[in-house]
Amino acid sequence: MVIGIRKPHESAEGHVTGKAIYTDEQRILAGMLSLYPVTAPHAKARILNIDLAAALAVEGCVTLLNAADVPGHNNTGVIVADEMLFPTEEVSHWGQAVVWAVGTTEAAARKAAEKVLVEYEPLEPVLTVAAAIATQSFHTRTQTIRRGDPAAALHQTDHRLSGELAVNPQDHFYLETQTSWVIPDGEGHYQVYSSTQHPSETQTIVAEVLGISRNQVVVTCPRMGGAFGGKESQANPYAAVAAIAAHKTGCPVRVKLNREHDMTLTGKRHGFLGRYDVGFTQDGKITALDAHLYADGGWSLDLSPPVLSRAMLHIDNAYYIPHLEVRGDIVRTNKVSNTAFRGFGGPQGMLVIEEVMDRIARTLNLPPELVRERNFYHGTGDTNTTHYGQELFDNRLMRVWEEVQAKAHFDARKEEIAQFNQTSTYKKRGLAITPVKFGISFNKVCYNQAGALLLIYADGSIQLNHGGTEMGQGLHTKMLQVAAQTLGVDLQRFRMMHTSTDKVPNTSATAASSGSDLNGQAVKDACETLKARLAPVAARLLGYDAPEDIVFEGDQVFCRTYPAARVAFEQVVEEAYNSRISLSATGYYRTPNLSWDPVAGKGRPFYYFAYGAAVSEVEVDGLTGTFKLRQVDIVHDVGESINPLVDRGQVEGAFVQGMGWLTMEELVWDETGRLRTFAPSTYKIPTVSEIPERFEVHLLERAAQDGVIYGSKAVGEPPFMLAMSVREAIRAAVAAFGQGGEVCLSTPATPEAILAAVEAVQALPLSRGGGQVIPQTAVFKPLE
Amino acid sequence: MVEQPLTISINGQTADLTAVSPITTLLHYLHQSGRTGTKEGCGDGDCGACTVAVLCSTADGTAQYQAMNSCLIPIGSVANREIITVEGLADEHLHPVQAAMVQTGGSQCGYCTPGFIMSLFAAYYGGKVDDTAVEGNLCRCTGYLPIRKAAALVTQKIAETKPCDRFTEKLAAADPALEPLQYLGHPEQFYRPAQLSEVLDLLHQHPNAKLIAGGTDLGLEISHQRQTFPVLISLEGVTDLKQIHRSETAVEIGAAVPLSQIQTELRGVFPSLDEMLFWFAACQVRNRATLGGNIGTASPIGDLPPVLLSLDAVLNLVGSQGTRRLPLVDFFKGYRQTDLQPGELIRSITVPTTLTPDAVRRDNQSYKIGKRGTDDISIVAAAFTVDLDNADRILHGRLAYGGVAAIPARAIAAEAFLLGKPWTIETVRQVKPLLQQAFTPLTDLRGSAHYRSKLVVNLFEKFFVDMSEGGDRNGHRHP
Ligand SMILES: Cc1cc2nc3c(=O)[nH]c(=O)nc-3n(C[C@H](O)[C@H](O)[C@H](O)COP(=O)(O)OP(=O)(O)OC[C@H]3O[C@@H](n4cnc5c(N)ncnc54)[C@H](O)[C@@H]3O)c2cc1C
Ligand code: FES
Ligand code: FES
Repeated sequence: MVIGIRKPHESAEGHVTGKAIYTDEQRILAGMLSLYPVTAPHAKARILNIDLAAALAVEGCVTLLNAADVPGHNNTGVIVADEMLFPTEEVSHWGQAVVWAVGTTEAAARKAAEKVLVEYEPLEPVLTVAAAIATQSFHTRTQTIRRGDPAAALHQTDHRLSGELAVNPQDHFYLETQTSWVIPDGEGHYQVYSSTQHPSETQTIVAEVLGISRNQVVVTCPRMGGAFGGKESQANPYAAVAAIAAHKTGCPVRVKLNREHDMTLTGKRHGFLGRYDVGFTQDGKITALDAHLYADGGWSLDLSPPVLSRAMLHIDNAYYIPHLEVRGDIVRTNKVSNTAFRGFGGPQGMLVIEEVMDRIARTLNLPPELVRERNFYHGTGDTNTTHYGQELFDNRLMRVWEEVQAKAHFDARKEEIAQFNQTSTYKKRGLAITPVKFGISFNKVCYNQAGALLLIYADGSIQLNHGGTEMGQGLHTKMLQVAAQTLGVDLQRFRMMHTSTDKVPNTSATAASSGSDLNGQAVKDACETLKARLAPVAARLLGYDAPEDIVFEGDQVFCRTYPAARVAFEQVVEEAYNSRISLSATGYYRTPNLSWDPVAGKGRPFYYFAYGAAVSEVEVDGLTGTFKLRQVDIVHDVGESINPLVDRGQVEGAFVQGMGWLTMEELVWDETGRLRTFAPSTYKIPTVSEIPERFEVHLLERAAQDGVIYGSKAVGEPPFMLAMSVREAIRAAVAAFGQGGEVCLSTPATPEAILAAVEAVQALPLSRGGGQVIPQTAVFKPLE
Repeated sequence: MVEQPLTISINGQTADLTAVSPITTLLHYLHQSGRTGTKEGCGDGDCGACTVAVLCSTADGTAQYQAMNSCLIPIGSVANREIITVEGLADEHLHPVQAAMVQTGGSQCGYCTPGFIMSLFAAYYGGKVDDTAVEGNLCRCTGYLPIRKAAALVTQKIAETKPCDRFTEKLAAADPALEPLQYLGHPEQFYRPAQLSEVLDLLHQHPNAKLIAGGTDLGLEISHQRQTFPVLISLEGVTDLKQIHRSETAVEIGAAVPLSQIQTELRGVFPSLDEMLFWFAACQVRNRATLGGNIGTASPIGDLPPVLLSLDAVLNLVGSQGTRRLPLVDFFKGYRQTDLQPGELIRSITVPTTLTPDAVRRDNQSYKIGKRGTDDISIVAAAFTVDLDNADRILHGRLAYGGVAAIPARAIAAEAFLLGKPWTIETVRQVKPLLQQAFTPLTDLRGSAHYRSKLVVNLFEKFFVDMSEGGDRNGHRHP
């Protein structure tokens, strides 16, 4: 069996020796040119004049690119064409690239870029969600999903709370910044190497800006140094600019953004504003929720509509809410165009309901975990059906919930912590558990398809191609395992090929956690096809006449009923070649039974759900607001793991990334719309020292998922949201500084935010328990 | 100084640097010469992807591999020296740190991995492979757990058998002493003299020269090409500046001693210094950064000035006019302005170890608050000293802060108030209004003025609480 083994990443040796090649680490080509952007010093301004003369005179400057150099469409918008590659009239965010300099070296291009003179007339920018709402600056019309009659239910409810939560944005901070190479062949074709999660879309965009058909462009992604959604659409503009430069100069061109440009030019996780009005019973059950989500789309639409949809589809998280209306808007601001990021809106939607859960619990003086559990989806029918009408037919919430509590010794530790808090004045601890339910599939139904191409050579060696890209998530490793398992051959036979649009066309983005679900089935399909062709050959070699009894296993081929007589795989291959049997095959898959009606807001958008739960413990210093994450226990459902080493890595990495989002990663823009946190010196992601000493990840056992490749389950995104347990644990610790009542904690929970929360609870009057103590703060501001 | 060839040894191979400008960064040079194993994640010294191991001399003159950020190193600083990059570790087998990282799943996208490997490599030969060794390496994929497991595997391996391989042989045979260097022939000149007098001469000859010690501040300017440096004078090879002297009454720290060396040599002498060095940047930066640079750069958020202010440190300055002693408190004149005269430099820093007369006990500690505990720039840094008599009355108090004013500064009125008061929570409460008024900090991307003001007060209370709880916070991480 190669399914289920802890096989290290297929490139691990390349990683640790520095031999693994990424786009910009390829051998530099003779005559290769480099690009450098001229960026706008305004968030919004009219372009009055562009003067290139001084720049052109710079030694080593080959040319400068602007809109006039674009032979095709000057636009890289992916859903709507609202994203000018070279702005001609207006700049729409601070740092936007206006002109690109092409130099014989990057230093020369940079010097030239510095000499470009652009005259602007500054205009009034829209910089916050609130300002956008006030000025009705929206990208799209309001979307709505409704179940029941929340308005009526809210009138009849025992208890009611309203408020708003600002959810912070997040930079991807993949270690490898955006990069592309474009090599023209002189015959009008372009070979593109790009750090892209979506080679087919990069191909499309490059073809469109060049005004040629897609078959003239090949996009290859060798591997990415991290992506997390940040290279789904955001890789395209840089490939497009390099293609234009290659077109104009006839030379190979490379572009690699430096970190500052990467952070000021590319989109981030959407910041959200969530407003809610919730009704609930005395025992903490939600009766109705009315919510409005505003996603900060930034200057162009990019992938914001599906991001917003996913947020709206996850505002329930794990909870049954009988009456629910959620509305969603995408606001247009003069900021970078926000984009896909692990969870794709899901985390922002879920954070709102987890905020609501905690408020209900503290208002009623009930343990938050009890309120959460009381609201879980359960049973069958309505109580186990989401607000968009999809039933959770394999609801594993209670399994992960109970298992993680047992593994973490939740009850005993809660007791211990209560005792610690009684005697400790300046430091308080908090323990919290939160659940995750996350829907798997692309919301856009046609994306749920994949292809593969398997080439067996006459010596028995194999090349494996599939449409997914490798960004570190271990997709290639899993695909090798799927292929080796299905063909019954050694892993050593395979060479995993770089993802390329000339091998598998019309691929979907490697995103939505779906990489191995989709491509795995396609790879399996290709292997099955070839096995079906090889089986008669093997039967003949073995002297049997029933190909259906032929087994491929352990690099050998034999008959199920006479396993003693075997032939080597390569012998079968050689014989097949000699018998003129085709040794290459494509594979294909599409996810069955998906449906989504965006107008009605109903359907079956997800093939299945992934589940998990996490328990986190923190200690907060009441004098400084700093906290220490002491312990984390996770139970996560990855189905029947194809590779526990890889899956565990996804769970751990996602959790830590989520923890960073919620506790330290603060993007700060100044009043002119300039991003002030554009480097790791000012934008802080977790280091090893922020990781708890005790960090236990358990994969749910006996968890095979029907209908998914080898019983596995998607794992890339869902565990990101397990980190909400950290935020809730901080809240629990903050609460211990007060006498009861609510805890108002802004995002991210930096030391400053935590100290403010501590001071607020210390200033609160004694809670009467069951009363409604609502501090008048920005976050809990009741709705007008 | 003698004429010598300009070379660098990379993984045992010598390369000629004659055609390379001395202010080309080492990382850039590696990439230009086709060695792309070493990665760039920021160019800021903050991500560690560019980490290489440089053969260095320890205090006792033995050779050691030290992890450093190649993006911050002008190649002049490593000319005629030996470095190891990620490509140089494996022979027919993976190096033990590489094998451990493969086994535990320590790489996902792999882009950070070469940096981790080199940090682990240096730690492997340094004998201590733990979180501290990799705290200067960012990984966005793994969540660090498998890397921590790899470190544990390596630790176990070292415990079983001490490292003995071509690298230990190399270390045993190497002479890591820094040769003087003149790196000329380019628009930028780079000098690495051995004598203090030569530094002074060079400063005299080149009024536009800039001193470079560890280059962890200047390196940013170089890495991002924000400034050009026609003449750089490296202090790295000046023996006079690289000594730590201890006497009955004081410690004198050479201005160019790397912080990591101060950390090991002076451990246990000043609790506030131990603590602040623990939180100062990360391993790769501490291996290069110096005290002279931290003071010389005169940043209002430098972490060591508050510590040194709380300890009444005195600077020993030297220039063409001779030497002078200047209390640190008189050194900072305004935002990034100092009393340093043209042609003058910091030679050493004297830190008294004696208590105030009649005092029987000293409480001393420092605090650093950032958005992230590890490797962040301070929102507020603070260092406190109180000397107490046998009735626990305060005989001497120093309350020094960074991040709350244009210069590192003391809360003078609060210090005066404390004199003669009992060291109790009541006194702490009484001094709070004075601390509240002591500074008018600014709001910036790291923190608000309000938060900073709060911390000025609260950190002093925390100091009292920590000290009365039995005090020594050494080695304890936040909170
Ligand atoms: C990733 C990173 C993290 C950092 N973290 C911290 C931190 O936590 N806390 C903190 O305080 N700082 C931090 N810094 C800043 C920097 O590391 C320190 O200021 C360091 O002490 C500078 O020392 P250096 O030897 O590298 O200085 P250099 O860069 O070599 O020099 C800095 C300045 O001082 C001058 N100078 C150097 N030596 C002398 C001398 N002997 N006499 C007179 N002038 C001199 C130089 O001419 C130059 O102007 C960090 C920097 C980086 C890149
Ligand atoms: S590239 Fe990030 S530390 Fe050097
Ligand atoms: S493995 Fe991707 S950043 Fe560390």
